[in-house]
Amino acid sequence: MSTAARVPSVIIRKNQAWLYLDWRGIVDYRDLLFVLVRRDFIARYKQTILGPAWFVLNPLITTLVYSLVFSSVLGVSTAGVPPVLFYLSGLLSWSYFSNLVSTAGTTFISNVNLFGKVYFPRMVVPFALVLSNMISFGIQLLTFLAVLACLVVQGRFQVHAGGLAIALLLTPLYLVHIALLGLGVGLLLSALTAKYRDFQYLVPFVVNLWMYASPVIYPVSHIPKRFAWLVILNPMAPIVENMRSLFLGTPPMDTWLMALSIGESFAVCIVGVLVFQRTARTFIDFI
Amino acid sequence: MAEPIISIRNVSKRYRLGKLNMTSFRDELQSWFQGRGDAGKPAGPADFLALNDVSFDVEEGQVLGLVGRNGAGKSTLLKILSRITEPSEGEIHLRGRLASLLEVGTGFHPELSGRENIFLNGAVLGMSKAEILRKFDEIVEFSEISRFLDTPVKRYSSGMYVRLAFAIAAHLEPEILIVDEVLAVGDAEFQRKCIDKMESMRRTEGRTILFVSHNAEVVNRLCSHCVLLERGEVRAVGLTQAVMAQYHGSAAAVRGPGHWVSLSGAAHAGTQRATFQKVRYQRIDDIGETVPEDGAIYPMSRVRFEIEIEALEAITAHSLALTIYSREGVKLLNYDTVSKGMLVRLRPGRNSFEIRTDPMPLNPGAYAVGFWLEPHRGAPPADWIESAFQMEVAAPKGENAWNRPFSDGLVFSPFEITTDGETANRLSLA
Repeated sequence: MSTAARVPSVIIRKNQAWLYLDWRGIVDYRDLLFVLVRRDFIARYKQTILGPAWFVLNPLITTLVYSLVFSSVLGVSTAGVPPVLFYLSGLLSWSYFSNLVSTAGTTFISNVNLFGKVYFPRMVVPFALVLSNMISFGIQLLTFLAVLACLVVQGRFQVHAGGLAIALLLTPLYLVHIALLGLGVGLLLSALTAKYRDFQYLVPFVVNLWMYASPVIYPVSHIPKRFAWLVILNPMAPIVENMRSLFLGTPPMDTWLMALSIGESFAVCIVGVLVFQRTARTFIDFI
Repeated sequence: MAEPIISIRNVSKRYRLGKLNMTSFRDELQSWFQGRGDAGKPAGPADFLALNDVSFDVEEGQVLGLVGRNGAGKSTLLKILSRITEPSEGEIHLRGRLASLLEVGTGFHPELSGRENIFLNGAVLGMSKAEILRKFDEIVEFSEISRFLDTPVKRYSSGMYVRLAFAIAAHLEPEILIVDEVLAVGDAEFQRKCIDKMESMRRTEGRTILFVSHNAEVVNRLCSHCVLLERGEVRAVGLTQAVMAQYHGSAAAVRGPGHWVSLSGAAHAGTQRATFQKVRYQRIDDIGETVPEDGAIYPMSRVRFEIEIEALEAITAHSLALTIYSREGVKLLNYDTVSKGMLVRLRPGRNSFEIRTDPMPLNPGAYAVGFWLEPHRGAPPADWIESAFQMEVAAPKGENAWNRPFSDGLVFSPFEITTDGETANRLSLA
């Protein structure tokens, strides 16, 4: 029996790994996690001339478009902050969330070939997405800080050095918060898209609509009273608004809304993980 | 005695048939709110049992062949063993790391270089980074791609791709190795490499190997024991020879020459856009006329096969083949349009074909006959019957007969033997 203890022993039966997350397995496959993070990151801008520069250009171009359409043409308020900073800071949290949702939301479909042939803890793939999207978040944060520095030097905007330091210290906490929510939503969607392809087409719309429902291109103060319930329900609203408030000093949302958002994120993440685990067991039978 | 390295206990796998649509979505929502999964539901008429109460053990160091017709449940069992899906019932205990050679190239990313893909694929297969680093040089050497190590694999030739993929898989060190030969189709060179690797693993490393194959020759050569699956159930377990004889013996009934044999009851596989309907075989003489009186087939007879195919649509087929197998399942003769360089046009509806053979070098006995119809190279077959019926080759009678005990060679061909210029068989017959 002592020899048997050396080799990994596996029991295969129905309905396993549904309520419990295979942490041991994920730790065993940590090398895979890092390789996948690398793959996600590197493969995204392969065979492009600008390469990783797209990570910088992407939010800048989006910001430019928003400035043009929403600020210049439509005249949507940016709470007294230069529009570029307003949109960039909103996109900071929002991009991480939306990238995570749309990439994790197709986990099963985009990895059929992998999942159909070899076993590893499936959760490794969405975890890798959490990390690889964090890298793009990091680049985006640096871009934002660079733009901020430019505007401060030009004297068009002012920041407190202390406030900025606190913001940077709190950023990891915000990231964890967004990761919980984005992962949860992404995992739920992945289970749906695996079985019913309709959701695959719906995901981009849902993400888009969700963005307009969140204070990315407008301040929360601009939301009409009758839509206030939407802000309360939307866990992304306080994240976007408060992260911006940290960096730019715009008015934050109430603490209780933030607490509610944290609670919602935890709940969504737990449900997402459970549904994902349940789907992962046999999804290959109906894909 | 040591415990078996794999023990499979009462494993069943149920598939729900039918479409996924609004109804199934509603059903699922309902079952969610009622708090139970599909597993708890009783078997309905739309359910299909791919595996039914399968149990057997594999001992450490054994090379076990898993044989059975298409749809017998072999792939399902492999999927469960490699933890890609779960059984509906039952349990499997694995005592060791399991890997499979059918996973070659799994997780390769076309945009990444060969070097990056070695790490990616290795990690997917469960190797740690340290392990890959240790074997990196060996893998590169084995795959013969060192010059292209930093080129994206999408620019690789298919040969390079497969070599690299196989090199990684071959350097895994699992306690249990699964090889599915059906999936390794195409490259003969690669198949040989697979098989050689398996032989060396078996001989020098004492690995446990589970080998799934249609190729009886290889099964006979590699496997000491076999498991025969039939319609999801274990039909036979035991020494390879006995199991293989049962596999090919039980395959299909013996049908004499000169009568139409309906193929509607045979085990068809493939897309079924065209299906083999019936077949008749008869001896013909040298000028191609049917030999009327008995039509029996003897060693070195010319044979005419008449085949009828029903097509659902017009198909220009790349390969139409009739294959003769020995009792042990060895492919003896393959009459394939590919070797003629011909395309076969099928009209919608009935199509008749006739194959006339040169003298067939067969010993007396029964031979399984299979059919194959493939629309395009590499496409799934439109129809594939592995063993439609058994053809009978009679022992020759009368004067021209070589009715002596036949050699145990797989095939037979007439010969002369002389001694001091005199024909030996004349001498002995006299």
